[in-house]
Amino acid sequence: MKLVDEFRDPAMARILLREIEALVGEIKVCRRRPLSIMEVCGGHTHSIFRYGVEGLLPPEIELVHGPGCPVCVLPMGRVDDCIALAETPGVILATFGDAIRVPGSRKSLMQAKAEGADVRIVYSPVDALALARADPDRHVVFFALGFETTMPSTALTVLTAAAEGVANFSVFCNHITIVPTIKAVLDSPDVRLDGFLGPGHVSMVIGAAPYAFIARDYRKPLVIAGFEPLDVLHGLWMVLKQLADGRCEIENQYDRVVRPAGNEQALRAVGEVFQLRDFFEWRGLGSIDHSGVRLRDAYARFDAEQRFSVPAVHIADPKACQCGEVLKGVIKPRDCKVFGRACTPATPLGALMVSSEGACAAYYRYGDHDADRSAATEAA
Amino acid sequence: MTSAGRDPRGSYPRPVGSGPIVTLAHGGGGKASRDLVADVFLRAFGLDDPSRLEDQARLPLAAMTALGDRLAFTTDSYVVDPLFFPGGDIGRLAVCGTVNDLAVGGATPLHLSCGVVIEEGLPIDILRAVAASMASAAEEAGVRIVTGDTKVVPRGACDKLFVNTAGVGVIPAGLELGVGRARAGDAVLVSGFLGDHGAAILNARGDLALDTTVESDCAPLHDLIARLLTACPGIRFLRDPTRGGAATVLNEIAEASGVGLEVDESRIPLRAEVRGLCEILGLDPLYLANEGKIVCVAAAEHAERALAALRAHPLGACAAIIGRATEDRPGRVVMRTTFGGLRIVDMLVGEQLPRIC
Repeated sequence: MKLVDEFRDPAMARILLREIEALVGEIKVCRRRPLSIMEVCGGHTHSIFRYGVEGLLPPEIELVHGPGCPVCVLPMGRVDDCIALAETPGVILATFGDAIRVPGSRKSLMQAKAEGADVRIVYSPVDALALARADPDRHVVFFALGFETTMPSTALTVLTAAAEGVANFSVFCNHITIVPTIKAVLDSPDVRLDGFLGPGHVSMVIGAAPYAFIARDYRKPLVIAGFEPLDVLHGLWMVLKQLADGRCEIENQYDRVVRPAGNEQALRAVGEVFQLRDFFEWRGLGSIDHSGVRLRDAYARFDAEQRFSVPAVHIADPKACQCGEVLKGVIKPRDCKVFGRACTPATPLGALMVSSEGACAAYYRYGDHDADRSAATEAA
Repeated sequence: MTSAGRDPRGSYPRPVGSGPIVTLAHGGGGKASRDLVADVFLRAFGLDDPSRLEDQARLPLAAMTALGDRLAFTTDSYVVDPLFFPGGDIGRLAVCGTVNDLAVGGATPLHLSCGVVIEEGLPIDILRAVAASMASAAEEAGVRIVTGDTKVVPRGACDKLFVNTAGVGVIPAGLELGVGRARAGDAVLVSGFLGDHGAAILNARGDLALDTTVESDCAPLHDLIARLLTACPGIRFLRDPTRGGAATVLNEIAEASGVGLEVDESRIPLRAEVRGLCEILGLDPLYLANEGKIVCVAAAEHAERALAALRAHPLGACAAIIGRATEDRPGRVVMRTTFGGLRIVDMLVGEQLPRIC
C-alpha cells in the first residue's frame, strides 16, 4: 500500500538496526547500564508494540512508555463528571471510541450507556456538532480529549458552532498540553532518562520550538518522530547519534509532516478558543501546573462545565496502582504489584490498562518483550 | 459512498404513502398473522401447501442416516445493522451463517429453521426482500428452510428485524474435526481475504463517510469444505471466523490444543480497501468479522494439498498458509510482523474501538 509499506520495509529496518547497534557500541554509558529513552506519545507506544519494535532493539536500549496517552492520564474524577453529564436528562454525550471503557470511580461510560444514558461514539467533534444540528431538542456534549493533536479540531468545531449560533452544543474540555508534562516528568526525582522520542502529531501543531528547554535546561536530546515503525527506528537512531556525539538538541525526524513553526492556522484557532488552566489533574502524575486548557470566557456558552453542574469530586487513584511510576519509567508495567493479576484489560484498575495505547495494556496484549527479544534473536 | 443527511437509525426506507407496514396486529396470532406468514415466508420458502402445515417439520431419518452417523445441530441469531449492506443482507447472513456453522464441523447441512422478531412499522416489502434472500441463499447452500416462527414487538423493543436460524446436518462416519486437535508442526490456512464482512458493515453504517466500497464476503461454505475434505486427508480443524475475527479462532485453537501458533503477517490475505480502512481507524483486520471464510488447521504433510484444494474453488481462490503450530508458547498466538518483529495476538476484551489519534 502506497505511503504505508515504504515505512515498514524490513530490509530498511535491518540496516537501521545495524546502525543502531553500532552507535550503542560508541556510547560509553551503555557499558554500565541500559539507556532509557522515553517515547512521550501513545501513538508511538502503539506502533512499537504493534510491529514488535522493542524486541528488535539491542538490550542496551530500554524504551520507557511515557504519559502521552490522553485516555490513560484522565483522572477518575473527570470520568465521573463526564458520566454525570451523560446521565443528565436531555443530553447526548458524544465521545471518541476509546474513552468509552475508561473506568470512573463507580462505572464507565459504557456501563452508563447500558443503564440508559445516550452515549454515541463519534470520529470527530464535527460529527458531534452534526448530532446537535440534527436534534435541536437535545443538548449534545462532546467529550473533548487529547493533546494538541486533537485540540484544533475541537477549537474549530466551537468556532463553527459559534458562527452558526448552535445553541444545543457544548464541550466537556479535557484537553491537555504536552510540554508542562514532559517538564514534570523531568523534574521528578526518581526519573533517569537519557533522551526522548518527541510526539509527531502534537509537533505537527505546535512545532519544534516549545521543546527547546529540554535540550537547553535539562541537557537531554529529543527527536520528533513519525509513527511508522521505520520512523521510530530512525528517530531512535537520531537520539543515539546525539548521545554518541555528546550533543543534545531538538531534532525533527518527521519533517515530511512537522514544520518547525507548527501549523499556524491550527494554533490561531486553539489560541482563540482555549486558555490555560492554572493546573490540571493527571492520573498517576498528580496535579501539573498549566497542563490543561479550558474554553475562554467568550465561549463559555459552549463549556459544558459552565452550562451544567458537574460533581467535580477529586477521586484518588487506587492505592495498589503504580501507574505514575510506570508513566515516568521508574518501573516496567510487569513490575507493578497488580499487573496481570488484579489489573487486566478485562478488569482495569489503572488507566494504563484501558486504552490500547496504554503501556500496561500493550504489555499485557502484545506480551513479554524479553521473550520476544530472545525469539527474534533466534530467528535472526 | 457518503452518509450525508442520513438518519443512522433508519437504514431501511421509511414507508411512504400507503405502503403496507407490519403492525402489532400481524403478531396477534389471528388472520393477519397467518396471512403475513403465508404471503411472505411460506411462499418464499416453498411451503405453501396448506394441507401440510403442522406445528413442526417432519424430517425422514433414512435420508439422513445414509449420509453419516451423527447429527450436527446449531443455532445463531442475527441482528445486523444495516439490514442490507454491500454483498448481502440479514437474510442471506442468517442462512449462510448457520450453514457454515454446520459445514465447519464436517456436516452436510440439510434443514434450517427461521425465527423472526419484527419491530412494528417495518415495511412489508423489506420483510419480503429478506425472505426472498433467505430462500435464494438456502437454494445456493442446498438446504431447505422447513419450519419457522414470527413475532412482532412494539417500536423500540427490537431494532427493525432480528432473525434466528437453527440448522441440522449430518456428519459422515469417521470424520473427526476438533479445535483441540492441532499438533505442533501443523499448518494454519485461511480460505481468502480476511475482514471483508466487518469492514463492509462498518462502512455501510455510513458514519465514516469513506468513499470506498467493500463487499461482505457472506457466502455458504458447504461446497468448499466438502471438496476440501474429499481432496485432502489430515484436516484437523475448521472454523468460520465470524465475530471476533481470525484472531479469536487462532486463540481458541492455541488454547484448546495446547500449542503455540505463529502467524506470518505478510502472508495474511487482505484487500487494500480493508487494510486502508483499518489503517485509518486504528483497527486490526484480524479481529474483523468474516462470513465466508474458513480457518483451517492441516497436518504439515498435507498443507500444500489442502491449499490447492481450497484454491481450486471460487470461494477459496485467494487461500493462503498463514502460519504454523509450535511447541513453544502453548496457548499463545504470536505474529511475525511484516516489519520483522514479533507480537502477541490476544483475544479482544470487548469490541474493537477506534483510536483517538
